[in-house]
Amino acid sequence: MIPVPEVNLGGVLPALVIGVAGLLAMLLGLFVRKGAVAVGAVIGLVGVLIALMVNAPLRLMNTTAFSGMIALDTYTWFFNMLILLSVGLTILISMKYLVDQGLDLYEYFAILLFSAVGMMFMVSGSHLLMIFVGLETLSIAVYVLTGLLPGNTKSSEASLKYLLLGAFSSGLFLYGAALLYGASGSLALAGLAKYFQSGSVSLMALVGMGLLLVGFSFKVAAVPFHMWTPDVYDGAPSPITGFMSVGVKAAAFAAFVRVFFECFSSAQVTWAHIIWVLAVLTMILGNLAAIVQTNIKRMLAYSSIAHAGYILVGMAAGTPSGAAGILYYLLAYIFTNLGAFAVVTMVGRRGEANINLDDYRGLGKAHPALALAMSIFLFSLAGIPPTAGFIGKFTIFSAAINAGYIWLVIIGVLTSAASVFYYFRVIMKMYMEAPDAEPESLQFSPSMAFALSITVMVVLYIGIFPTTYLNLATESVKTLF
Amino acid sequence: MENVSHLLSLITFIPLLGAVIILFLNRECPETLRWVTIVCMLIDFVLSLFVYFGFDSSIAAMQFVEYYPWIPLWGISYKVGIDGISLLLLMLTTFLGPIVVLACWKDITVRVKEFMICLLFLQVGMIGVFVSLDLFLFYVFWEIMLIPMYLLIGVWGNPARRLYAAIKFVLYTIVGSLLMLVAILVLYFMAGKSSGIYTFDLLKLYDFAVPVQAQFWLFLAFFLAFAIKVPMFPFHTWLPDAHTEAPTVGSVVLAAVLLKMGTYGFIRFAIPLFPNAAVDAAWWVALLAVIGIIYGAWVAMVQADMKRLVAFSSVSHLGFVMLGMFALTTQGVEGSIIQMINHGLSTGALFLIVGMIYERRHTRLIAEFGGLSKVMPLFAVFFMVFTLSSIGLPGLNGFIGEFLILLGSFGKFTWYTVFAASGVIFAAVYMLWMFQRVMFGEITNPKNLNLKDIDFREIAVLTPLLIFVVWIGVYPNTFLKPMEPSVKNFIQHVEKKRAAIMAMEESGRQFLPNVERISLVSSVTKIRAEK
Repeated sequence: MIPVPEVNLGGVLPALVIGVAGLLAMLLGLFVRKGAVAVGAVIGLVGVLIALMVNAPLRLMNTTAFSGMIALDTYTWFFNMLILLSVGLTILISMKYLVDQGLDLYEYFAILLFSAVGMMFMVSGSHLLMIFVGLETLSIAVYVLTGLLPGNTKSSEASLKYLLLGAFSSGLFLYGAALLYGASGSLALAGLAKYFQSGSVSLMALVGMGLLLVGFSFKVAAVPFHMWTPDVYDGAPSPITGFMSVGVKAAAFAAFVRVFFECFSSAQVTWAHIIWVLAVLTMILGNLAAIVQTNIKRMLAYSSIAHAGYILVGMAAGTPSGAAGILYYLLAYIFTNLGAFAVVTMVGRRGEANINLDDYRGLGKAHPALALAMSIFLFSLAGIPPTAGFIGKFTIFSAAINAGYIWLVIIGVLTSAASVFYYFRVIMKMYMEAPDAEPESLQFSPSMAFALSITVMVVLYIGIFPTTYLNLATESVKTLF
Repeated sequence: MENVSHLLSLITFIPLLGAVIILFLNRECPETLRWVTIVCMLIDFVLSLFVYFGFDSSIAAMQFVEYYPWIPLWGISYKVGIDGISLLLLMLTTFLGPIVVLACWKDITVRVKEFMICLLFLQVGMIGVFVSLDLFLFYVFWEIMLIPMYLLIGVWGNPARRLYAAIKFVLYTIVGSLLMLVAILVLYFMAGKSSGIYTFDLLKLYDFAVPVQAQFWLFLAFFLAFAIKVPMFPFHTWLPDAHTEAPTVGSVVLAAVLLKMGTYGFIRFAIPLFPNAAVDAAWWVALLAVIGIIYGAWVAMVQADMKRLVAFSSVSHLGFVMLGMFALTTQGVEGSIIQMINHGLSTGALFLIVGMIYERRHTRLIAEFGGLSKVMPLFAVFFMVFTLSSIGLPGLNGFIGEFLILLGSFGKFTWYTVFAASGVIFAAVYMLWMFQRVMFGEITNPKNLNLKDIDFREIAVLTPLLIFVVWIGVYPNTFLKPMEPSVKNFIQHVEKKRAAIMAMEESGRQFLPNVERISLVSSVTKIRAEK
């Protein structure tokens, strides 16, 4: 008799809801002549809301489903929430963008939702194959989104570059998984953990672990595996760049942390050193390279590399508080960076013509509210209180100090002092310099205004009253240890 | 008395409320914006008078303490309170608030709305720094004030070099303060691990005995943050740029209050938390202070720009403050605190005076002037008094501070004091020389013939400052008395704690768990209290 695997669709319900919403968007889009953007967006937003609701019960679970392929726990719950929030905000930002660019694409939202499905499977995967399938689903969707601007060579180039390097990193990931399977006979995280605890770890397994590390480093854009980031972030449509910098990063870090903390925790001494070096390289290169950029999307690309470095500091710490710090940091980063990209989208205008730093000159005078919002996001990115970004850095750095990584933290704070220079330069352009010519004024759309006000409020609120969210983050990482 | 207990929070956050109100006001009528700002500042000042008169000057403990858990997970609380040391600085800050608004009434005409918001935010940050009793809270306020000051310099500063000066100010400050954050965290975990209580509460951390070796590094990090802020030689290079480029009131706030955050940081945090390292480093710090006194004075002497001259005189004056503080004697520390206030009043006033000249002539070059006392007699009187106060003429405030400092430090650093005293003479040289070149003689430049004397508003700006300059000079006891118990307590705390830690380390019981060290220090404290 063939054993029938237990099927518990309830656990993957959020992903299913989003998947169905994606299919619906695709289907209904066929019948709509005009206003496909609105239809796609509404379906997407409704899907996100329902998914957020059905995601709620996961918080109290601590089990696995589909024969141990999927973990249903608070950790999954937390990251599902992050992904849904980032998708929802991205939809809000994209509506205005697509209208501005004259693109009436319903596929846009469908593909966006499919990538979210991949992310949700990736963060809940407790089996390397499941994680891989999630990773590929999300990656392929994002490759398409990157190259979605018709007739834009920069966008197509970015897409191709991303595809090639992404395929390469997926290959490395898969090869690492194969080596681990060869050494331990298991691809389930629980099985791998048992193997690593047994004490006799073969070289093959260590190489496999190293390859997984490289694969994940590609996805989170850690130096020296970051080469694709600036070009791809620059070429992709601005809302997608925002989405990539938060959603993809969050999903990749979720899996990264889960795999390394759950399976390889007994080999932590080995990988913590590597992560230490990666973190230092990432923080230094990301921040220094960002200083010399004149294009805001490239600047934010390097800044997002730098932020990956700060998150790696939390991984190097390897403690529950370090992991909780990562979760809180990602929460803060999602709202901050998507907010910043919302502003970039607004200012970019038609054809993304205004993405240079100089295009921000005089914004403080022409659009005080927008400039104020951007300033708050930049302060949060720079880690200045009382914003979410400050608490994020604080949690991660304090966890690292508690784990004894004082030098790592000193490097971290010094590079983040350097980051103040380029973040403040945007503020300088907005408030202290005058534009050469009066640019055409910007039109707020309701969805954009809504997205901006939400992000600003959250960035300030969770920066001033972080307790609830810190507790949530702490609670969510319990299953990893 | 429910109201009284929230007094400090009210004082801290009323400017914030004002900023929020202004955010929703129409930018087209700047008069309203100015009035709202000044009313907020005045309310703040009146409330701080309640604190002043409600303050019990016979005890050293923290008063008006408010405590609410903020992030209990990490032992972070919203805890504010003042003692005799912070009382005067708080008063100085709230006192200067309305004056500053009045001073920029006509000066600032572009983007008045943003300007007023910045001023109010700055006020929140500065007051917050002086009242917080929790390291995390302190750090938050310390960083918050960076942003409005950056904008003040960068947006309303001198067109030529404002951007450079603004970013230089931010980068200097933030490098120091981020390293201080690392030190705060290290201290937090060190204390937490040995005592089991993880807290950022300053008063609890006071009782924690940090091993001598760790003290060195932690003190170094705190020192860097505060020394940049003070600024001490050789970390002072941001100051002349920031002062020269900032708008008049920006310079006033910067000189009068922001720099005091550095000196206050030493007295509230760096020295009492790490007494052994502080005492060991005293010799070096005093050396830097004396170099600062003389170097600042010499450089001030050759400045062609009045504002730059006053800026360098700040470096010199703050050298005195640091010298007195690190002498760690009652007179030295008292003189140091009084000198902080003095510097706030006199240098603030001098920046206002230079600003008034600048408003009339749009230049600050000394060579452009001469004989102004003929056309502006009233102005000349004010200028003279503040000049003399800055020099330290007996009968005015500067003398009291400098005298106490020199008296207090002579016993500890005899030679330093001798050199430092020469700074007083140099001060007379550069200040009087400037005054002479600007105000006396014949009017050589025809542009100066028709300058208007100061008007009623400008008199109203300068008079309150003048009153206190004379008051402190004639009867300093009003100001010395409330701080005395706190200063004595501060010195005793430093000595006792230092001795306790020394005894511990010398008896070869380094590996003692810190819990015992804590109990020892607290028992010393208890014995002292019983006495």
